[in-house]
Amino acid sequence: MSTYAQKKGVGAVLWDYLTTVDHKKIAILYLIAGGFFFVLGGLEAMVIRIQLAIPDNNFVSAGFYNEVLTMHGTTMIFLAAMPILLGFMNAVMPLQIGARDVAFPFLNALGFWLFLFGGLFLNLSWFLGGAPDAGWTSYASLSLASEGHGIDFYALGLQISGFGTLIGGINFLVTIINMRAPGMTYMRMPLFTWTTFVASALILFAFPPLTVGIFFLTFDRLFGANFFDPTMGGNTVIWEHLFWIFGHPEVYILILPAFGIFSEIISTFSRKRLFGYSSMVFATVLIGFLGFMVWAHHMFTTGLGPIANSIFAVATMAIAVPTGIKIFNWLFTMWGGSIRFTTPMLYAVSFVPSFLLGGVTGVMLAVAAADYQYHDTYFVVAHFHYVIVGGVVLAILAATHFYWPKMFGTMLNEFLGKITFWLFLIGFHLTFFIQHFLGLMGMPRRIFTFLPNQGLEVGNVVSTVGAFFMAIAVIILLINIVITSVKNVKVGNDPWGDGRSLEWAIASPPPFYNFKQLPLVRGLDPYWIEKMEGKKEMTPAEPLGDIHMPNNSFIPFMISLGLFIAAFGAMYRLDYSWGLPVLILGLLVTLLSMFTRSIKDDHGFHIHKEDLIDEDKGRKA
Amino acid sequence: MKRLGKWRLLPLIAVIALLAGCGEPFLSALQPAGEVAQMQYDLMVLSTLIMVGVIAIVTVIFIVVMVRFRRKSKDEIPKQVEGSHTLEILWTVIPILLLLVLAVPTVSATFKLADVSSMEKKNEDGKSDALVVNVRANLYWWEFEYPNEEIVTSQDLVVPTGEKVYFNLKASDVKHSFWIPPVGGKMDTNTDNVNKFWLEFDPAKADEAGGIFYGKCAELCGPSHALMDFKVKALPRAEFDQWIADMQSVTEPVQAETADAQAGQEIFNNSCIGCHAVTPANTTPEQARMGPNLTDFGNRTLVAGILEHNEENIKNWLKDPESVKPGNKMTGKYNLSDEEIDAVTQYLMGLKVQE
Repeated sequence: MSTYAQKKGVGAVLWDYLTTVDHKKIAILYLIAGGFFFVLGGLEAMVIRIQLAIPDNNFVSAGFYNEVLTMHGTTMIFLAAMPILLGFMNAVMPLQIGARDVAFPFLNALGFWLFLFGGLFLNLSWFLGGAPDAGWTSYASLSLASEGHGIDFYALGLQISGFGTLIGGINFLVTIINMRAPGMTYMRMPLFTWTTFVASALILFAFPPLTVGIFFLTFDRLFGANFFDPTMGGNTVIWEHLFWIFGHPEVYILILPAFGIFSEIISTFSRKRLFGYSSMVFATVLIGFLGFMVWAHHMFTTGLGPIANSIFAVATMAIAVPTGIKIFNWLFTMWGGSIRFTTPMLYAVSFVPSFLLGGVTGVMLAVAAADYQYHDTYFVVAHFHYVIVGGVVLAILAATHFYWPKMFGTMLNEFLGKITFWLFLIGFHLTFFIQHFLGLMGMPRRIFTFLPNQGLEVGNVVSTVGAFFMAIAVIILLINIVITSVKNVKVGNDPWGDGRSLEWAIASPPPFYNFKQLPLVRGLDPYWIEKMEGKKEMTPAEPLGDIHMPNNSFIPFMISLGLFIAAFGAMYRLDYSWGLPVLILGLLVTLLSMFTRSIKDDHGFHIHKEDLIDEDKGRKA
Repeated sequence: MKRLGKWRLLPLIAVIALLAGCGEPFLSALQPAGEVAQMQYDLMVLSTLIMVGVIAIVTVIFIVVMVRFRRKSKDEIPKQVEGSHTLEILWTVIPILLLLVLAVPTVSATFKLADVSSMEKKNEDGKSDALVVNVRANLYWWEFEYPNEEIVTSQDLVVPTGEKVYFNLKASDVKHSFWIPPVGGKMDTNTDNVNKFWLEFDPAKADEAGGIFYGKCAELCGPSHALMDFKVKALPRAEFDQWIADMQSVTEPVQAETADAQAGQEIFNNSCIGCHAVTPANTTPEQARMGPNLTDFGNRTLVAGILEHNEENIKNWLKDPESVKPGNKMTGKYNLSDEEIDAVTQYLMGLKVQE
């Protein structure tokens, strides 16, 4: 069974990845798939910026533009940012808590394949009659009026990938609660693990409302229900509530792991423990909690009345307090530290002021009465790109450089990394800062063109130039990845030299069982504690023994494939006679796969003590 | 130290300078032209000032950190500090106080802007003393009904300056949002319910903007969302009353004068009148008002909300509406030759309630 360290053919590698339940390999799958969708969403962004470079432009048509803007938002949120973060969580979190894998490795694989098939389904809309065109928010009156199957692709695709995310979130929660190494108490967990924990709890509570909303939408469009049809007693504002009860926590699902990544990087490259660790944890939990109390600030102009608007305005402002605590804690972690400006640290340092700008415009948006002006303008576009690009995307780029050696055993080129960083940072501010003013000068969001002589020309052309900087930066990153992979210079356990948490105490990449012996954790930053006492590795918490590992399985792939097939059947049921049989066939594939999983005993396998000792000798020789 | 003080003020001044006078007076929310926009602008300035203060503090700490705490030698190990209760309390309490400063005017303004009690007060005739406009948003045009005056117009909203104008807002197909940036924030036009709010148009600022403000749809509503513009003619009360009276005097379709226009009127009555009324009375039910009311079409500021108002553009718009506003509901509803369109154009240009 333990075929690691042997050279394998392409087919064998492919099969290995199709059936893997190893959290580290699933992490790589998430990164590849998420990275692919990130590039796709980036291309869509470039189409948007080229179209808006000059007034009255004809680069794309109005209808196509709406498809592009919808897919840009949907892809970036659901198929790029979240999967890439889930990838890093998978790669790093089990190592940080000293676990051999996640609690449910099978579910972990299932979560990935559901996400991938959902994402593929959604993107196939481009080739099958047109993509969804009602914005990533897909407000009900417009999404019900939208012709063709675009919105059906949106609803079914997100439903499938949403199941995957929900499964992933539950899995991480159970893992963190149950699988921490001896001595790894909650208040010794690294911040990235903490933010993974809170983000997973948010997934658990935020995704069901989305599931319900999309279920209603699907049934309205495909099965003749009237949940959102006001003439039949339905109500479109319900969709807005359901969407934003999910949608607002969603932005914290994205930003909290980003906070975690930056906390790790800042502490590592300042060679200092995180300043105010317990208040950082408290702030994370508080942000997660308040994240559910503020959804209606996306609906200030919907007409909920002054009482609701005031309550949600004040609740929204309250979130600024824990976020402010975090900003100051990061600054004071660096204060008195010994800062080394590696590529990940450059991202982390630039994140603080960039995200601050997004944060302060967030408070401005919370001022309900003034939000009537900001709402649905480029001011909002600027704000959420400042928090998502200035927070989440910078974190993803930082984590890519920071954890690359841990995941692949080789370092990305620092020189190219810094070029990517500067181009991206400059491009980012160039693109989005000016958009605040475009919005205030009267430019609504989601417009496919603007007319000349309304004072909007200069801002838009500047913004487009900035977007090209970001595109070039991403291309250089891709070149960097290729060069690094070809050279493949191997590195040791702690390539940055300043690692503090458990993942840096084991080989890069770690063996498939992670820890030969579970480590004994003696405090926050356990590896740093050992290093300061002159030790090279962790003290084991158990004697060397057999390790129980799960078997690979193809069933997650089949379960997801079944839903993918069923979605086509559901969508084309009314158009073609083969629709209904295909729907049933797809569901059968899924249910039979689940049935197989249930009745087939799979006890996994054991790595024997002797093999582990042999391997040790082999490595030393 | 004095120098530092001045430098700290610089971003403050810069922000106010940037905020004031940005954009065009007929479109920019940064050049408020009415009570509502002014209230919102003041809140913007207040929140910006507080936030610039926060940014300044963070920037100072940030620069000190970047300059002072670079790694000097490979072996240096800084002191591992756990935290500081004093500092942590400080940066929890101060933001709370700052937010209170912001929250109080926010709540107060939110309630002021939602106060539409005057439009609910009815006099003996069952009408309100305040001016009320019913806004109905459609794919991709706007209808403005004056229920007290019992008239309907489209695309060009006509309002008096210097008084509160109350709005009932709704949509007849999909959700839109009603926004006149220089005059006040937006309010959604829902398909489920009627939203209400008020605006006030400042006479002096209206003059500055040339008497016309630009209005926009602010909620994605389909392909031509970007083109769903309308215009606001803000007139002194007397001129407004005159316009109302002139509108009300049109009870029968006005007969065209020239031969060309008369031919056009005939074609119009055969092909267009099913959707477009040329009398302003609001007696027909909403469902029957399927296209913009054209009673005062000759005085429109723009064709289809976006093109300069001239014969050439009217002809282009009528010949191929799809190329002007993709996804509009007029495409394919009629079949007219070029000559017939020329005649209809002549007729439409003559539809004016005022010279």
